Amino acid sequence: MPLAALSSNAAAPVDLLFREVHAIDPRVGLDGLRDVRVRGGAIAELAEPGSLTPEDSEELVQGEARHRLSPAFFDPHVHLRSPGQEHKEDLETGTRAAAAGGFGGVIAMPNTDPVIDSAPLLRSLRDTAARDARVPVGFLPAITRELAGERLTDMAELRAEGALGFTDDGRPVMSARVMRSALRYQRLCGGVLALHEEDLTLSAGGVMFEGAVSAALGLDGIPGVSESSMVRRDAALAAYEGGRVHFQHLSVADSVAAVAAAKADGIAVSAEVTPHHLLLTDESLRGLDTAFKVNPPLATESDRVALIDGLRSGVIDCVASDHAPHAREEKEVPFEQAPMGTTGLETAFAVLHTELVLGGLLELGLLIERMTAGAALFELPAPSIVVGQPANLTLLDLEASWVPGEHGWESRSQNSCFAGRRLQGRALMTVAAGAVAYRERTFSVVGV
Amino acid sequence: MKHLLSIEELDRAGIERIVSQAMRFDEVSEREIKKVPTLRGRMVLNLFYEASTRTRGSFELAAKRLSADVVNFAASGSSIEKGESLKDTVLTLSAHKPDAIVIRAPWAGAAELVSRWTSASVINAGDGKHEHPTQALLDVYTLQRQLGRLDGLSIWIVGDIAHSRVARSNILAFGRMGARVTVCGPPTLIPHEIESLGCEVRFTLDELGTADVIYALRMQRERITDSPIPSLREYAAWYQINERRLSPRQLLMHPGPVNRGVELSSAVVDSPQAVITAQVQAGVVVRMAVLYELLSGARAPSTSPAPALA
Repeated sequence: MPLAALSSNAAAPVDLLFREVHAIDPRVGLDGLRDVRVRGGAIAELAEPGSLTPEDSEELVQGEARHRLSPAFFDPHVHLRSPGQEHKEDLETGTRAAAAGGFGGVIAMPNTDPVIDSAPLLRSLRDTAARDARVPVGFLPAITRELAGERLTDMAELRAEGALGFTDDGRPVMSARVMRSALRYQRLCGGVLALHEEDLTLSAGGVMFEGAVSAALGLDGIPGVSESSMVRRDAALAAYEGGRVHFQHLSVADSVAAVAAAKADGIAVSAEVTPHHLLLTDESLRGLDTAFKVNPPLATESDRVALIDGLRSGVIDCVASDHAPHAREEKEVPFEQAPMGTTGLETAFAVLHTELVLGGLLELGLLIERMTAGAALFELPAPSIVVGQPANLTLLDLEASWVPGEHGWESRSQNSCFAGRRLQGRALMTVAAGAVAYRERTFSVVGV
Repeated sequence: MKHLLSIEELDRAGIERIVSQAMRFDEVSEREIKKVPTLRGRMVLNLFYEASTRTRGSFELAAKRLSADVVNFAASGSSIEKGESLKDTVLTLSAHKPDAIVIRAPWAGAAELVSRWTSASVINAGDGKHEHPTQALLDVYTLQRQLGRLDGLSIWIVGDIAHSRVARSNILAFGRMGARVTVCGPPTLIPHEIESLGCEVRFTLDELGTADVIYALRMQRERITDSPIPSLREYAAWYQINERRLSPRQLLMHPGPVNRGVELSSAVVDSPQAVITAQVQAGVVVRMAVLYELLSGARAPSTSPAPALA
């Protein structure tokens, strides 16, 4: 099986010197002042601060106390809406949003129109990404044709065409029989099965989490058990078939418990959580603002606390934004009619830094680890600050104070559940696959 | 007060103010000419996305008794059927500069949304299963007329709580007026954590004797096809308010329309304890009071800012 690869239009490889910058890479135990030289798009030297002399050919970035140089973040779950829904987002705008959020790589979901469920479509998307994408994009085609949950896609051919794995994201694989077939077929083709867990017979009609708030609003609720019961089913199936599954966007405490139990049993599972599930609850929906309508729905405070604990302990492996852009007119409707989803790429780091790191709940190094861990889960090299590695770097300003949306968005859509909040911390510069993918407009470099 | 969007946002003083005003208007409805010139030249626009004869008629009558002009827009046969969004419908209708928009829609929060897109006062005449504030106000009014006050009363709301906007508004309104509210019905029709609205939950009528007021809700037939209850027969056996269960000292209310033989037996509907027609009468004076509360102090809409297009 060929190594699955990412696609982007990475500009000319860059020559850069980050001088006296506080570099931090928890995976290799790096946390201190360094000079970091990038030559031809790769990390060429890591040296004591102030020891490297800038050369004429390279761009110089002088570190400040407020800066951190981190491995670029990796988001294993975004919706780039191409093909067919380019009024919401496309590969160019979506990856521009990613770069602005400090992400050096993303994995796109297949619930497009048409669904990404065939090798020719995957090939054409990878070609488009090679032309349009600012940061590398990987693709997870569908597990089942048209996401119908009935017949498997040509998984082996899709893998040969570069599929990183498979998902029916947006929908569960409701039939245990079909899920089992996918797990058996995984032995032939490999590739992680990323699962959106929701028992549709329990969630049917629901538009928000079932609890006190849905009772007060008179909205049909989605019970938390619709997710956790499916996590348990698929962990059991993965155990039986010796398969590898990844649970997407966990939202309730019971699912965290289910993943912890599966891991304790040695089952090959991993899990992700979104910033909005880590920071918001169903209380946000009392005003019926459709920006907070997401799937899975925002749950309760005790669920939120369990998700943070799970992320800290490692039961949950990584953060994923589930960036889900929708056009304004689609969200500007009564709550029950609005589509589910929030954008997230441009705010993920900033909201988690503001609330969890500055709030004393998660240390910065651990947040960086969880925001970069998604790559390895999909058998890609983890971005790291190691000599010889391609430069995948994000320069963070931990003191930048800003309000998402105040200067517009890189994404084509603006349905952010965090719009209007004052945040602290953001990416100043993103280097993805050895090229500069983003530079904050007010951020100037010395000595160009 | 600019809008009436929910009971949730009203405190006891606000409820009492509207109910007292309704008491004053009650005198008007006893006159030979049932009309006062209070809102002459004002326009009330009824925007109804759901079939409703009672509520719409009641609002229309209330507006006309205050001498306001009334325009009715129904969802069928209009631009709504051609796919116009709620926002565009409201922007279009607002161009006629109505003073008030009365909206009934099958979506929670619809009235609140409308209030963002118009400079008119907005009255929620039912938004999905969320709230129906004028129903709750007329029920408070009815109870005050009948019993003087709600403080300390035990009120049981019986039936399909899950699908009832009346239940939500009334739990809040009765609670704010000092009553103790109990909801009772099949477990499949009582939402999880409804207690958080400030009521108790019972699944049987065993303690119904402790109630001072019984408020029965309409049982809709489609609940049988979506399976929350096995049959109307079983529902009636467990939850019907009938002559065996209703005691002479209890008051019986219902928001209408009644399914005789399902949630109420014919005998109790026609009994002296039933105040169902008094509720209907209260509807007009309470809606007059609401229109008066929102519009009498307000300036003409031509001086208010244009709705933002953001």
